[in-house]
Amino acid sequence: MGLTAVDIFKHLPKTNCRDCGVPTCLAFAMKVAQKQASLDDCPHVTDEAKAALAGESAPPIRLVTVGAGEKKLELGQETVLFRHENTFLRPCGLAVMLEAGLDDAAVEAKLAHFKTLEFDRVGMMLGINLVAVKSAGDAERTAAVAKKASEALGLPLILMGGSAAELAPAVAAVKDTRPLIHAATAENLDEMVALAKENGCTLVVQAADPGALCELTPKAVEAGVQDLILQTAAASAGGILQDQTVIRRAALVKKERRLGYPTLVVIDDEDPLDAATKASLAIAKYAGIVVLKNDSKPVLLAAVTARLNIYTDPQKPIQIEAKLYEVGEPTDQSPVLVTTNFSLTYFTVEGDVSASKVPTWIVVVDTEGTSVLTAWASEKFSAESIAAAIKSTGVEEKVGHRSIMLPGGVAVLKAKLEDESGWSVQVGPRESSGLPTVLRSWSPN
Amino acid sequence: MALEMPTERWSGKLNTVTIGAGTRTSVVTVGGETTLPFLKFEGETPNPPVVAMEVLDVPLADIPPALAEPFGDVVNDPAAWARKCVDEFGAEMICLRFAGANPEGADKSPDECKAVLQSVLQAVGVPLIIWGCGNFEKDNNLIPVLSQAAAGERCLLGSAVQDNYKTIAACSLADGHLVIGEAPLDIQIQKQVNILLTDMGVSTENIVMYQTTGGLGYGVEYAYSIMERTRLAALSGDKMMSMPMLAVVGSECWKTKEARLSEDVAPEWGDAAVRGPIWEATTANLFLHGGADILVMWHPQAVAQVKRTISELTGEGL
Repeated sequence: MGLTAVDIFKHLPKTNCRDCGVPTCLAFAMKVAQKQASLDDCPHVTDEAKAALAGESAPPIRLVTVGAGEKKLELGQETVLFRHENTFLRPCGLAVMLEAGLDDAAVEAKLAHFKTLEFDRVGMMLGINLVAVKSAGDAERTAAVAKKASEALGLPLILMGGSAAELAPAVAAVKDTRPLIHAATAENLDEMVALAKENGCTLVVQAADPGALCELTPKAVEAGVQDLILQTAAASAGGILQDQTVIRRAALVKKERRLGYPTLVVIDDEDPLDAATKASLAIAKYAGIVVLKNDSKPVLLAAVTARLNIYTDPQKPIQIEAKLYEVGEPTDQSPVLVTTNFSLTYFTVEGDVSASKVPTWIVVVDTEGTSVLTAWASEKFSAESIAAAIKSTGVEEKVGHRSIMLPGGVAVLKAKLEDESGWSVQVGPRESSGLPTVLRSWSPN
Repeated sequence: MALEMPTERWSGKLNTVTIGAGTRTSVVTVGGETTLPFLKFEGETPNPPVVAMEVLDVPLADIPPALAEPFGDVVNDPAAWARKCVDEFGAEMICLRFAGANPEGADKSPDECKAVLQSVLQAVGVPLIIWGCGNFEKDNNLIPVLSQAAAGERCLLGSAVQDNYKTIAACSLADGHLVIGEAPLDIQIQKQVNILLTDMGVSTENIVMYQTTGGLGYGVEYAYSIMERTRLAALSGDKMMSMPMLAVVGSECWKTKEARLSEDVAPEWGDAAVRGPIWEATTANLFLHGGADILVMWHPQAVAQVKRTISELTGEGL
């Protein structure tokens, strides 16, 4: 979010002196806005104006880091309210909760379970990013559990407690991993800020609502901690929606600096459907970190999938690797289909093939992530490219027959593909939903 | 300095649409919003979104245990199925889909379909969505028969598409029904369909938009963003995009492997008894926040969750 020429012009001397080499101050402002000139090229601009402009040109939502090393999370610096306007840039962190008050065996069991919260989606591993260790009041116990969790999982931690004294030993125990300290409130702000500052950690600031947060964040900044994450008391779907929207909008649209930080939402619901649906709301509506109390596999699977979807760049369709895929356990007599590497196309085809319960080979052609008809129109899904994929994917070694099924929408390619590949070509249904019927009665002839 | 609330002032408002009349014992009114979904500090949501449960004219084949269990035998009898959805699961509408009319499937005749429709109209008092089989030629023979059999009931007829809308538009005018205008995830085509329908004489108050949907993990983000864009267009004053939106959630979700696979086959995904309902409820929730007003759903647990969320979002307080 750069400054506009008008924003810059307001701070210039407006003398049109040409000392910067440009005829007018407005023209100079336009060059600065387009990054073709630097503000320093104007010899008359005041230090005050420079400072004001530096402030205004800072991103409206601060980039904040949690954790260290490979698994660190970078949050913030988002630029839009709606993903279609550009894209949401930094996928939110998903955290599960670990109560430090549990006994050793229960902690071990939780950690073992957390290791399973990673899911394979066609070669992409999607999982949790953080563990929130919640103090039960015993500072040494919290430190011991935090250390164990950090070592077992290698993920950044959120350390949750009501006072600096309660969290200080835990922060010290995992200091090198830059845990997120949770949380500074109106009551404990000074001590929590001191703890965060001393250890170079990011700090969650918590208040009833966005208005109350505006009172606290300037104090934290003044005391020397700028890496902040915001949390309100909202727990209902309506409350989460409203607070998250107000914070994101105020920061982006009103340039409200006091709310220009990523956010954190804790979802306490035990019911798996309530937990999963609230997580999806928080993910879609701007949360930087979502902490889930319900850590069951189906809930996390839904949450990581919702995050993947919402943070997909609408301008760049997700592609899958162009190769030979197996659905079920196909044999040398199983049907062979061909489709494109646009992930949505592939997943739709794969879903319908799975539904048919007929083990099947799918040859995926690299169409740069475009769908069947788009790829056909741009000649990325052509007789030549399909014939090349038949060769390069090695399907010829996998099956005894030489019959491939083409999507019905590109039936026109049949004759040419037969010439190019030497395979016989069957024309499949226009819509993937027709595949189960066709596959169940498939034969190579 | 107090926080200045970042409230948007919108010039537009969604159309208010009422479904159900005649022998219906309840009616459904949706639309009328003057805000992005559920923002109480910004505007009104006078009519909460509603849940329609889907009933097919043919038994649901090949469904996973988690979906089969709550329905039991009623899936063999559309009237009993619909009654169970309303009486036990709180469906506010029934979406009766004539999948069995498809020539590539059971190819049921319009008269057979009419008998099913009549039995469902008898069995339940809630308003109906009547959806054809998707085969243009068959639907153009079928929909007029169904429309006439339900004349005066203000049903929602589905669906009119760019290449096939005239028959359904004529039926709605003749028999006093509403129309679902459908477009394939394309906001321009949606607007075109709405224009074609209004050019035929269908009033904007009798149109509901369906921009097609994808389940969680299978294109949900496309539909979500299309809905957001549509709501923004409506609030900005585009009268040809101000119709309430419908989302088909159940059938989209229950074809995904995440909803279907048993825990034996996919132990890494956990308990299948909750996984399918979670998939459907999560998808439905995303569409609520995108701006959908009518959700067509399948699983009772997902329905209950979504109804809970809707009352939480539109009730008193936050």
